[in-house]
Order: sequence, then structure tokens, then C-alpha cells
Amino acid sequence: MRSTAERSLLDCLRIELGLTGTKYGCGEGDCGACSVLVDGQVVRSCQVRARELRGRSVVTIEGLARDGLTAIQQAFLEAGSFQCGFCTPGMVVGATALLARTRRPSDDEIRAALDGHLCRCCGYGRILTAVRRAADLLEQGRGSGP
Amino acid sequence: MASGPEEPYRLLGGRIPYVEGPLKVTGRAEYTDDIQRPGQLVGRLLRSPWAHARLRAIDTRAARALPGVLAVLTGERYPVPFGVLPITHDETALAVGKTRYQGDIVAAVAAVDELTAERALALIKVDVEPLEEYPDPQTGLGKVAEPIHARGLAGTNVQKEVVQQFGDVDAAFARAAHTVRVRGTFSGVTHAFTEPLVTVAEATPDGRLTVWSATQVPHYLHRTLSEVLGLPMHRIRVIKPEVGGGFGGKSDPLPHEIVCAALALETGRPVKMLLDREDVFLTNHGRHPTQNDLRVATDAEGKILAYDLSAVIDGGAWSSFGTVTTYYNGVLAMGPYRVPNFRYRGRRVYTTKPPSGAMRAHGGTNVRYTVEVALDRLAEEIGIDPFELRSRNALPPHSTTVNEFRITSTSFVACLDAARAKSGWDGKFRQLPYGRGVGLGCGFYISGSNSPIHFTPKMPQSTVHLKVDMDGGIAVHSMQADIGQGSNTLLAAIVAEVLGVDLERVHVQRVDSDVSPVDLGSYSSRVTFMMGNAARSAALDLRAKLLEGASRLLGLPAEELRVAHERVERAADPSRGVSFLEAVHAAMEETGALSASGSFQTKPLGGKFKGARAGTAPAYSFAAYVAEVEVDTDTGEYRVPKVWAAFDCGRPLNRLAVEGQIEGSVHMGLGQVLGESMNYRGSRLLNPSLLEYKIPTPQQMPEVEILLVGEDDPAGPFGAKEAGEGPLIAILPAVANALHDAIGCRFTELPITPDRVLRALDQRTKEGRRWKGN
Ligand code: FES
Ligand code: FES
Repeated sequence: MRSTAERSLLDCLRIELGLTGTKYGCGEGDCGACSVLVDGQVVRSCQVRARELRGRSVVTIEGLARDGLTAIQQAFLEAGSFQCGFCTPGMVVGATALLARTRRPSDDEIRAALDGHLCRCCGYGRILTAVRRAADLLEQGRGSGP
Repeated sequence: MASGPEEPYRLLGGRIPYVEGPLKVTGRAEYTDDIQRPGQLVGRLLRSPWAHARLRAIDTRAARALPGVLAVLTGERYPVPFGVLPITHDETALAVGKTRYQGDIVAAVAAVDELTAERALALIKVDVEPLEEYPDPQTGLGKVAEPIHARGLAGTNVQKEVVQQFGDVDAAFARAAHTVRVRGTFSGVTHAFTEPLVTVAEATPDGRLTVWSATQVPHYLHRTLSEVLGLPMHRIRVIKPEVGGGFGGKSDPLPHEIVCAALALETGRPVKMLLDREDVFLTNHGRHPTQNDLRVATDAEGKILAYDLSAVIDGGAWSSFGTVTTYYNGVLAMGPYRVPNFRYRGRRVYTTKPPSGAMRAHGGTNVRYTVEVALDRLAEEIGIDPFELRSRNALPPHSTTVNEFRITSTSFVACLDAARAKSGWDGKFRQLPYGRGVGLGCGFYISGSNSPIHFTPKMPQSTVHLKVDMDGGIAVHSMQADIGQGSNTLLAAIVAEVLGVDLERVHVQRVDSDVSPVDLGSYSSRVTFMMGNAARSAALDLRAKLLEGASRLLGLPAEELRVAHERVERAADPSRGVSFLEAVHAAMEETGALSASGSFQTKPLGGKFKGARAGTAPAYSFAAYVAEVEVDTDTGEYRVPKVWAAFDCGRPLNRLAVEGQIEGSVHMGLGQVLGESMNYRGSRLLNPSLLEYKIPTPQQMPEVEILLVGEDDPAGPFGAKEAGEGPLIAILPAVANALHDAIGCRFTELPITPDRVLRALDQRTKEGRRWKGN
């Protein structure tokens, strides 16, 4: 990040940089739609000022998929882990951070990691399924991943 | 007409990932807030801090003078009243004359950036005379000093009263062997979709206005913009990008959408109006806070003789869908059982609170809760199993209810059987240890409202256009509004199924009123049924053209040909055939690009009495759910570890989507039980944030075992019925009845919070009633 902006990281990404994959859902830190990775950690981008992140590495949903979909994205697609898709970028970012630090998360760990990422459409069950499936894929060396 | 493809279907009935899925998982799907037009201004709203006040003067001079402010609007500029129902136009884009709730829009600003817009709002001076507030619908039933709307009934705040009677209810009660009475009280709940309300509008020098909006009914928005702004519809273009959930909350034309368009007209510049979360809560249009009162009479065997029902419904500041809501809170008690005598009085009352409207399973949720709790009590009193009571009363297929709903397909009994068997009910009910229990809840819902909201001009409810050019790609145009339910995917799959092609050939176009034929949009669970039939008919039309083309190439009569995978071939000798593309090219020789159109129109249904159309539908879905609960009797907290959801949506066309709808419905319905509630102090909403308005967390979600047991519906596309709203209804009473099985307490007030559980336990102890040995 090189920004000196007073505005939030979220506004900086969406408005200044045109990276609209990160979503504004509440602006109050309650929904997780704006999640990005800052030095590998999940951060609610609506809750930090862009200038506080000078010199740190920020990865958004746009930066996850290099060639084709990541294993997590593929698993979300196949398990039907979204409907409207508005929570999905934040969920995928959250799941990416989780699998980067825990190769085989238990269901409770997945739930804990996703608590605070609100999804109003699909009732979470399939998001759990997708994270489990992505962990399988990665373990088998199939699919690109965190 | 040509028949459809033959079973087994190649795509339909399988698990079809969403066609736009790759865009959604990579953040590339475009939602309204992602649109950024050159020179775009920021729109902001000044909301009333007064719940009920006469507007004496609004001084906008200082705001207008602020550099960077391009327009300031107040109500007088666009005073034409509107509303989703043509019979109750009582809203205005901005308040005119008075404000009716804390959140009513008083003024609006367009400025070069957020900061300037906020400063401008702070400079607007509003002089008001406060008026008496009416937060409680009970007060508004009688005459009030200052009715919220002049159109309220006879000096009250009653917006709509419905009185209906079928059969002889009093006689039925007089001969009843058993009766129960349940009075339900329901907090308001709201949609809490994750994408906030947002609109972008741009007026261009060619005299046209383009509006992008997070809407589930682009057509009604289009009409309303035309009426309020005074522009003919053909000069307005409405575009629906991806929508981040709606659940009914994006189905009314909403004031901010009109204000945004008005600001674009005033400034000649693009304007974005993005509502913050508090504004989304204040816009509301969620499920009505409701009080209902139901008496049920049965004979000695538990056969239902009559319902005597009344409801008082808190409408908030506007009518919205309220007239429909008032009917639905009565007539949606009419299934899935035979009820030979029925009386209903419903009143919807304006209050000085955020407007209520349509929310998933609109009008059918609260009344169903009360019915199902009453039936659970009756089963206990009569001494029969709750499943037995339901199956004794089930409406048979091809029957008519006392208020003349036409029931065609129903697999309700199959739902009951599946839920009972799979949940292991017979080994659990009244047998689990104290604190644990199972409960049954059932439901039914309309598969599309049979009556469109607008009758003139007469037009089909749904139309689909297809176009194939020499590239062999199939462009699909329709104004059905995918808000996440997967209707784009279903549309593509139906077209691909009928034409025999791969899904990737079919490109569903974004809803754009310039090119999409009218469809009434995503509400009343109408899309699969109506758009599905329209798509099927369009695809059959196109297929006939392909067969003609192939017939010329092959020198065989078209009747001998059929489509196969990416090919047209002779049915009796599949080795003789041509590829799909060859057939397309042959068919194009005379006309150029091929196009085809299909539509679906409902036929009149229902009786001859006033309000007879309310609740009529070309088909109905049915549900029977079992929920299991575990209560911590020390804290009053409880968990729902598992739900068995047996559902009749006819033939499920995309299992991935249907199961997703059911799981999502369980989540949303459970929220209304566990704790979702719009809390008010007087007229003031106390919890307008996602922190304080708590939807269920991943930890609170049960495992959901889905049992799809429907048989093909005779009129549904490929046998399908709705699965978008009906799946929500049954979970609420299933949990409440399970709590009773667990701890012996009845809950007639939602949400069922832990302190309510503790209070109920105390009450039970006081009454000296023991339950399962405790
Ligand atoms: S937008 Fe940042 S948490 Fe909701
Ligand atoms: S998919 Fe709509 S909020 Fe999660």
C-alpha cells in the first residue's frame, strides 16, 4: 500500500483503485463482506484507514486467483456455497486465511473462522462443506491454494 | 405444440452450479455499487428525526450555496404519490406536508463527494410542528386525533380491514368435541440482505434516463419512475445488475430509487445513492409485527371443523403490500388441511414506525405459526400423535378449499411420511429426556401469485426471448430478476435442455428494460413456475425452427427428427443427423439470426366474492419439518442440532438451488424464533445495525436433512413448483413444538429468547405442572 488516504481501506480499494470485488455491506465491522488479507491476516477493510497500512501487503479477492480458480473458489462453486454472492468474496478471503494456517480445520474451527462473516442466503452449511472439500483438494495436491 | 424433451432429462433434476458462479467467487460479478460513471455525484438523504410531525418550512438556501453541491431536493418537487399496489398509492419520494416515521426522507442532496454532501445536509433547516405519535397499532384501531394518513378508515389509522366468512363457524364450534385458542404475538423482523440498498442514475442529453438499481422487480420500478418523474416509460431504461439478496425487501419501488433518479435529472450528471446500514433498517418493509388470535374446533377424532381467526397487523408508515398482507394473514391459514368453516377479521394499522412490507413467505409465516401451535395442542388434548392429526386433515390432491383455492398437486402426506420416518419420530416424541424434544411444523405456500399487480395493459406474467446468430450462441432475454435464487441458471438450463445443447452455449443477458421483455420479477415465488414455462415455450419454438432447417439438409420430414446432445437427428435412425450448428445455419438461410419468444399467462382462478383472488396460485408447495431441540434449563438457552425438512416443490429442477433455498429458509425462519426482532422504544427503532439485529451465526445453524418428495405438478415447467418461500414457514412452529416436547412450555410469542424460556419454566413450576418427571 502506498496510500496516504484518510478514507477507509475499503473506500480506497473500491473507489480509488476500482477493485470492486471487496464489498461494502455495513461499514461498521459487522458483516465481513469487506474482508481482505493484510500480511496474511483477515482484516475488515471498512475498519482501517488506508494510510495505516503503508508499506504492508494487502491481498484482495482479485489477487487470489492467478490461473483459474483456487481450490476454495472451485469448492464454493461446486458445493453451491453462495446464492446472491455478495458475502462470497469475504467468505473466500476468510477461508483462504484459515486454510493457510490450518491445513485440516475441524468443523468448529471453520465455524469460528467464519463467525462474523454474515451470509443471509445459504445458511452456512454449504460453506462448511466447501471449506472441507477445499482442504481435501489441497491435501491431495489438486487445485491451487493459499 | 411440440412436446418437451424426454425423461430422463440431461440437465434438469441434477445439481447445476450457478452459471454466474465463477464471477461471484472471484469478485468479478457486478453489483449496483460497483458501477462508477464518469463525473458521478454522491446522493445523500436527510431523514426525519421526528416520528410524526407537520413540516412547516424547509430552508435549503445555505445547503444550495455550498460549493460542490449540485442539487437539493424537497418533497414538493416530485409530489406524485406512488406505492407498489395501484390501489394504495400513499407514499411520496420525499415527505410532503408531514413526516410519518423516524427515517422518512425530508430532503436530498447531490454533491461532488461524500463530505460535501454530508455538510450540505447539516445546513438544511427544518421547522416542524410535532404531532402525536402512534407506535401501537391497538391505539390506531379507534379514532385518533391526527390520523397518520387521511385515507385511514373513518378517522382511525386502519389502512385495511378484511372480513371474511365461509360456512357456519358458530355452528361448527357448537358441535365441536375439542376447541383450542392460541393468541400469537410476533415482533417485526427484517430481510437483512447483505447488499445494502443502492441505486445509480444518469440522465443523458438524448433525453433519456438510465437507472441501475438493486431491485427484485425492475418492471414496477420502471412504472413508478415514469409516474413520479413524469417521463414516458420508453425514455427510462432500468437495469438490474447482480443483486445481493432481496427476500422481498427490494420488491417495492423504494423512495431512494426515485430520489436518486430525480437528482440525476436535476443535475444532468450521474448520481449514486448508496444507503448505509442504518438507512437500510429504516427503509425496512420487513415482516409485519402481528398479533393474531385463533380458535380451532375439531370433532372427537381431531377432524378440523372450523377456524375462527383475527389479526391486528402493524403496517408502519405506508401501505406497501399491506392490502395483500391483510388478506394473506387470513387466507394462508387455509392449507395444507381441509378447513370446512372459516371466519377471519384482519386489520392492518398504520403506525409511526418504519414501513412493513413483504418478507419471504409474506403473510403466511405468522399465521402458520399460530395454526401449527394450536394443532400441536389439540393433538395433545385429544391424545393422538401430531403426525396423525395432520394426516387426518390433509387436503387431498385436486381439491378445493372452502374459500375456493384450487389445489392441484400435493404431496403433503408424502412429506409427513418422510419427515416422520427419517427423523425417527416414533422413538423420540415424548421419549427424549427432559430438556430435549422434537416438534413438527407444516406449511404450504403459493407458487406464484395468480393475479399480477397491474392488470392494464393485459400482458403475460412472463415473457422470454431467445436469439441465435451464426456463432451458435444463444442469447436469452428476460426480466425475471435473479437475486441469488438461481433463476438465471434455471433459465439457461431449460433452454439448453430443450435444444439439446451444452449449458455454455446459453448466455442469459442482464435485465435491461431496453431489451428484456417484461416479466413481473422476483416476488411471490413466481419465477420458476412462470418464467420456467415461458422459457420452455420459447425454446420449443426455436427448436421447431432448427428441426425445419435440419429437415431441409437431411431431406427428411421435420416430424421424424429430434434433438440430441448438440445435434439434430432422425429419431428412428440416429446415424442420420446434423450438428446443432449446421441446423442453425440451415435455419438462418432465409431469415438471418433466429429468434423465438415464449410467454406464460395465468388463467383466472378463485371465487366471486370480494378479495377472492388473494392467495390464488397456479400451484402450491407443501412442507412438513421436524426439529430437534436441546434446552439448557438453567440458562434458558437452546440449540437446534437437527432439522428434517420434507418439502414438495414438485420436481426439483436444480437440486443445488432447491437445497440452498431450503437451508437458507431454515436459517431465516430460525432467526425469527431465536432472536431476530426489530425493537422499538415508542416509535424509535433501537437496533438498526447488524450487530444489534442478530441473524443466526454458523454455530447456531442446525444440520438440515432435506427430503424432496414432490411428484410432478401438472402445470409446472417439467413438473416444478416453488421452493423459495414455502420452505421458511414450517421451521418456526417445528422449533416451538419441539420446545414444548422438551420442557412442557408453550410459546406464543416470537422471538423465543432465553429469558422467555426461563420465564415459561418458572410459570410451569408455579402452576405445579411436571414434565417428563421434572
Ligand atoms: S462492510 Fe466491513 S464489516 Fe461490513
Ligand atoms: S450468498 Fe447471499 S449473503 Fe451469502
